[in-house]
Amino acid sequence: MRYPTLARLAAMAFALSLSAPASAQPTAFRGAEIIPISGPAIANGVLVIDDGRIVAVGSESDVSIPGDAQTIDVSGKVIMPGLVDTHSHVGRVEGGDRSAPLHPGVRTLDAIDVRHSSVNRARAGGITTANIMSGSGHLLSGQTTYVKLRDGGTLEELLICENPLTDVCGGMKMANGTNSISSNAPFPGTRAKSAALVRQLFLDAQAYRQEIADADDDENEMPDRDLAKEALVEVLEGRRIVQFHTHRHDDILTVLRLKDEFGFRVVLHHVSEGWKVADEIAAAGVPCSIIVIDSPGGKEEAVDLRYDTGAVLEHAGVDVAYHTDDYITDSRLFLRSAAFGVRAGMSREKALEAVTLAGARMLGLQDRVGSLEVGKDADFVILSGDPLSIYTKVDQTWVEGRMVFDLSDPEDAAFANGGYGVYDDGALYHDHGGPN
Amino acid sequence: MQDLTPRHFLAAFILLLFATAPSAAQLAIRGELVYTMAGDPISDGVVVIRDGRIAAVGPASDVAIPDGFEVREAVVVTPGLVDAHSTVGFSGILNSEADQDQLETSDPIQPELRGIDAYNAREPLVAWVRSLGVTTVHTGHGPGALISGQTIVVKTAGETLAEALVDSTAMLAMTLGPRVEGNFDSPGTRAKGVAMLRDAFVKAQDYREGLQSDEEDDRPKRDLKLETLARVLDGDVPAMITAHRATEIMAALRLAEEFGFSLVLDGGAEAYLLLDQIREAGVPVIVHPTMMRTSGDAENAAFTTAAALHEAGIPFAFQSGFEGYVPKTRVVLFEAALASAYGLGRQAALAAATIESARLLGVDARVGSLEVGKDADMALYDGDPFEYTSRVCTVVIDGVVVSEECR
Repeated sequence: MRYPTLARLAAMAFALSLSAPASAQPTAFRGAEIIPISGPAIANGVLVIDDGRIVAVGSESDVSIPGDAQTIDVSGKVIMPGLVDTHSHVGRVEGGDRSAPLHPGVRTLDAIDVRHSSVNRARAGGITTANIMSGSGHLLSGQTTYVKLRDGGTLEELLICENPLTDVCGGMKMANGTNSISSNAPFPGTRAKSAALVRQLFLDAQAYRQEIADADDDENEMPDRDLAKEALVEVLEGRRIVQFHTHRHDDILTVLRLKDEFGFRVVLHHVSEGWKVADEIAAAGVPCSIIVIDSPGGKEEAVDLRYDTGAVLEHAGVDVAYHTDDYITDSRLFLRSAAFGVRAGMSREKALEAVTLAGARMLGLQDRVGSLEVGKDADFVILSGDPLSIYTKVDQTWVEGRMVFDLSDPEDAAFANGGYGVYDDGALYHDHGGPN
Repeated sequence: MQDLTPRHFLAAFILLLFATAPSAAQLAIRGELVYTMAGDPISDGVVVIRDGRIAAVGPASDVAIPDGFEVREAVVVTPGLVDAHSTVGFSGILNSEADQDQLETSDPIQPELRGIDAYNAREPLVAWVRSLGVTTVHTGHGPGALISGQTIVVKTAGETLAEALVDSTAMLAMTLGPRVEGNFDSPGTRAKGVAMLRDAFVKAQDYREGLQSDEEDDRPKRDLKLETLARVLDGDVPAMITAHRATEIMAALRLAEEFGFSLVLDGGAEAYLLLDQIREAGVPVIVHPTMMRTSGDAENAAFTTAAALHEAGIPFAFQSGFEGYVPKTRVVLFEAALASAYGLGRQAALAAATIESARLLGVDARVGSLEVGKDADMALYDGDPFEYTSRVCTVVIDGVVVSEECR
């Protein structure tokens, strides 16, 4: 976040006065088309928020607006849930280094720059929840971090979890295929080697877990603490979700094979050749977070990338989400993904769900975010028009009842449009390893 | 043409059976909205094609479709898109050493490398952009060297260079800025890069002068490098300089002024800072892809630059550019579409991806608009061409349907 100018402070104060929680009044947004995702779109809708939560959502005729609520007229706009990006590299995020191909003890939360301009790119795109992760240049590059894109100057202010020492604050980023292969030892030089290293890693974690169980709370019998193995035990116990970057059809099946062996909870990421093995993915009950890339190639395993992966997976009964993989694609244009899904045959409903609730499910956050339902966090976007139209702009982005992006604020507009000095605080950072 | 008898139909049928090329039937296109880019869009418009050229174009009420013509219909018809700068056919889909021919790194100045010696007409990405409405592309050597080589203009159809070629020596691909320094030991600075270029052009001036000499002994030996640079100095071949920072853009203008060559500015992330200078210099701009990542020397790029160029009256066109990773090629339709939504407007955006692009490339006598006598290159869509959810459903090049899967 840029240090606020006077104008920005004034705008924030105004926004805060509209949305400050606790002691403040509820706020009702009236007149917009509301797309709850969890149900059909509402033509003349009302959204009422209070204390950072949604307290009412429905049609003008159905919702009774609290007497003390202040009203904002959003006629002509469209309101939908804040977007959920399951795969982002904003904030100059770092994971493991080149010393090893596996870094389960590395936490991205220790290296996310929440003030970096790229985080504003995400807010400008209507993203309210993001899974910030390290790259695919490793078999396992580190623990990912689930954040809300609140205004904040420290990582702690954006964390979704309460306490990283006791809670699971994200997932585990893994990868197979070309990016994680390298001719430089100790990195694996082939696919079989990649799988062998991963299997050994999980076997060691299983042994560690057994040692802890056998110790039966006897401190003398407990094994020494091992940060890496502790995180892997979270994975084995299904408390930490694996986000697995994989492209080629056989690499996808390798992930499913590993999942069968070790029983971890996994989401396939990118899945360029998912359309080739959609039935296998469906049979495994594994969800997919995919990406819209304008053309195939760039590497051998993406040569058969198609626009209709989302549609094919949807029809096979696979849960599908989209992600930006920022900065591979631009967070500002995240809604484009849903539109491309429809372009290539996905249903409108599933495409919109793919940038909201489906992603929330894949992060285990579906009880809090991803749809406009009573009790959920007041995370939403106000759009100038239909979410699938190229002419639509994100007018406002709200997180937990606070506005974090406002297109009518010139400073925020700069993040939406780009320009001189807007994104000049650091080069593209994304360790995608591999031969490139 | 004489009246068709049943014998003619039989002969035509047999011919069609044995034809290996795409449909050779005479073709007419009908669109609910036809953008000719030579006047107002036509509601319920018809384009009649004969022998690969546009024979007639106008409202259906005025233009009759002859009997026996195959009719393809669409919601919207535009001229085939003209991508003003790409590397398809040179920078291949695999992105491995074996299929990357857009940059040779043994020497930062290699004007003698010809596009015609390296274009792969069957490269999958050529067909990819074709399926998305691109019928003419300016492609060839890419960014990353002071002078990486020559470019060509091709149609995206054809299995060989000869079948595809429109212009064998379109421009000289040049780059200023840190992207060059990353590929070579020297130049290691931007100033060194400009100095090396000035040296090269001065040598080319000497070479050109030497060729005028009456004494055969005084004339220089044929030198491919200097010969190509001499053509640039003559104004025969434009210099396309990729430059993003204001400093580099000014260096490009400075070079063009010193040596008098015809300059085309490529990229221009910070062009919005130098609108007066660019306009006064009469330099057209191949604006960077709208969705180009804002990193490195392009960190100050904006979605609104095309709109700024348009407002300033600077001629410009859209490109798909060069990508080192994914997406291996951008798609000019999408880049133009996004710019249209960021202040440019649909009409100007479509123009910059069709007729203005053709004009900038010097191929507007053949392509870029739907006018009688021009090549029958068209893209057919099932909706607003710029809308995300609309698809390109048919593409026609030289009167032949070359793509008919909606994408």
